[in-house]
Amino acid sequence: MTVSTAPLPVPTRTGPARRGRFGVHLFLTAVSLAFLTPLLLAVYASLRPYEETAQYGYFSLPRHLSFAYYRQAFVDSGMSKYFLNSLVIAVPGVLLTLFLASFVAFAVSRLRIRGGTALLMVFTAGNLLPQQVLVTPLYVLFNKIPLPYWMSDSMTLYDSLWAVIAVQIAFQLGFCVFVLANFMRTLPREILEAAIVDGAGVWTQYRRVTLPLCRPALAALGTLQFTWMYNDFLWGLVFLSDGDKLPVTSALNNLRGQFFTDYNLLAAGSVLVALPTVLVFLLLQRHFIAGLTLGAGKG
Amino acid sequence: MVKTSARRAGRPWPRRHTRRDLVVLGALLGLPILLDLALIWGPTLASVGLSFTTWDGIGDLKWAGLQNYRNLFTDYPPFWPAVRHNLLWLAFLGLLAAPFGLLLAVLIDRGVRFSRFYQSTLYMPVVLSLAVVGFIAQLILSRDQGALNAVLGGKNPTDWLGDPGLNIWMVLLAACWRHTGYVMILYLAGLKSVDPHLKEAAAIDGANERQAFFRVVLPTLRPVNVIVGVITVIESLRAFDIVYAVNKGRNGLELLSVLVTDNIIGEAGRIGFGSAIAVVLLLVSLGFIVTYLVQELRGEHQR
Repeated sequence: MTVSTAPLPVPTRTGPARRGRFGVHLFLTAVSLAFLTPLLLAVYASLRPYEETAQYGYFSLPRHLSFAYYRQAFVDSGMSKYFLNSLVIAVPGVLLTLFLASFVAFAVSRLRIRGGTALLMVFTAGNLLPQQVLVTPLYVLFNKIPLPYWMSDSMTLYDSLWAVIAVQIAFQLGFCVFVLANFMRTLPREILEAAIVDGAGVWTQYRRVTLPLCRPALAALGTLQFTWMYNDFLWGLVFLSDGDKLPVTSALNNLRGQFFTDYNLLAAGSVLVALPTVLVFLLLQRHFIAGLTLGAGKG
Repeated sequence: MVKTSARRAGRPWPRRHTRRDLVVLGALLGLPILLDLALIWGPTLASVGLSFTTWDGIGDLKWAGLQNYRNLFTDYPPFWPAVRHNLLWLAFLGLLAAPFGLLLAVLIDRGVRFSRFYQSTLYMPVVLSLAVVGFIAQLILSRDQGALNAVLGGKNPTDWLGDPGLNIWMVLLAACWRHTGYVMILYLAGLKSVDPHLKEAAAIDGANERQAFFRVVLPTLRPVNVIVGVITVIESLRAFDIVYAVNKGRNGLELLSVLVTDNIIGEAGRIGFGSAIAVVLLLVSLGFIVTYLVQELRGEHQR
């Protein structure tokens, strides 16, 4: 919008432009509202007793508001236990994925090892496979791998959180390697060259020279991976048979009654389950969005 | 200047690695490669193998040749509806959610006020678990207590999620709700990296805003377009969680991923057959993955 040189044939268009801008705001606000409504409705429903919404409908004015359903959802479904399971899966999962992926990315993009591109392809393609293709063979494999009792009370890798963590790591490695390799390519080589001249070994080049520069990328990927691993639904469903070990996303089903489902209770449960990821998103928003765009920006 | 530094940085290989370096490399490259091969590519190949057998999960492996595939295409009623639903999913995300995401990104990128607010709000559904999205869909769409029917009123409430002719559309709306924000963020980042001089040059040449966007800006967004395309295809092939959360993928909500899951972890234990469905899914995905990787590889050479 710079009209610095006078004779340019830029039409003056204050009128339509302003109207257009107003229209844009109207449109974006409407869309934002439409996007938020389901969420707000869930929160609103979760605060009201079932009898009230059953009688007056979800859009009626509130007569009683309380957090009773949250207490019930938390206690009745044993949600703290499932939250813990989700954390036990997601936290080590994210940390190990980032560690392993960053080294592979470092080797591929900085050391220029032979076959690096092929390696990158193998990892990236692995992340794009449909998950269901992996399920049966992994199920059989996990049932065949014995674990001592202190690691898994099922005595096998199947039906233990180890299985879920391992699959999460293996599956997400691809995405992280791809993003980090792209990111590391944009780093200046001179620093690395200087370190090599100073006699730094591979580990030092990775840990002391490259990794500190990747902090923004790692933070972005970390938040992104946390939501993905936390939200995952399938792996827990397939590799865990003991209901007590399920992650919190799968445990939502416990709030459904056999014959009758209290939707307000379910709404409270959904809000509780969504809370960690929404909080992580709002707090680390900048990192989060950067994470999605790292892969797309291509340096 | 540029040339010499390029030569200096050009090919540092071969470089001497000490024994310690080799141990570090071996361990830290070996472990992820092992994980990837053992837990991703090995099982994928095994699935392909199993699809030629009639295995029930317990007994011996029995070779069946192409029998599973023949049964799948001719004698398995849910298969074609599932294919249709997956295609519908792809069309919906690709023709509706993705362009809508692009439109939102373009509008926000024009520098309106409160853009951060719009951005976060529109992106919010993406961070939700699809399981949660499924439950919220029920809250709004269930027949007797759902919010939508409460608004519409009427004597004969519509069973939005129970009617097999209707529920797929409702689930697709929920999927779009999530996909739009994802696409928007990707394009937003792409648009930020477009050189503003390009747009000015186009304006000087007399292009109106629409022409400038479609002829100048969109072509420069090619890498983002490719990524959005791949994500859309992969998401529509992988779609699973929402329908599973709504009604375990029955009664009008059949998807290929659900059929695989039903056959291999269901009581029937038709693992060979389930694997055949998985392989069909795999082949379609691989087509897109290979196209994408070729694109990537080409980009690499240009770098």
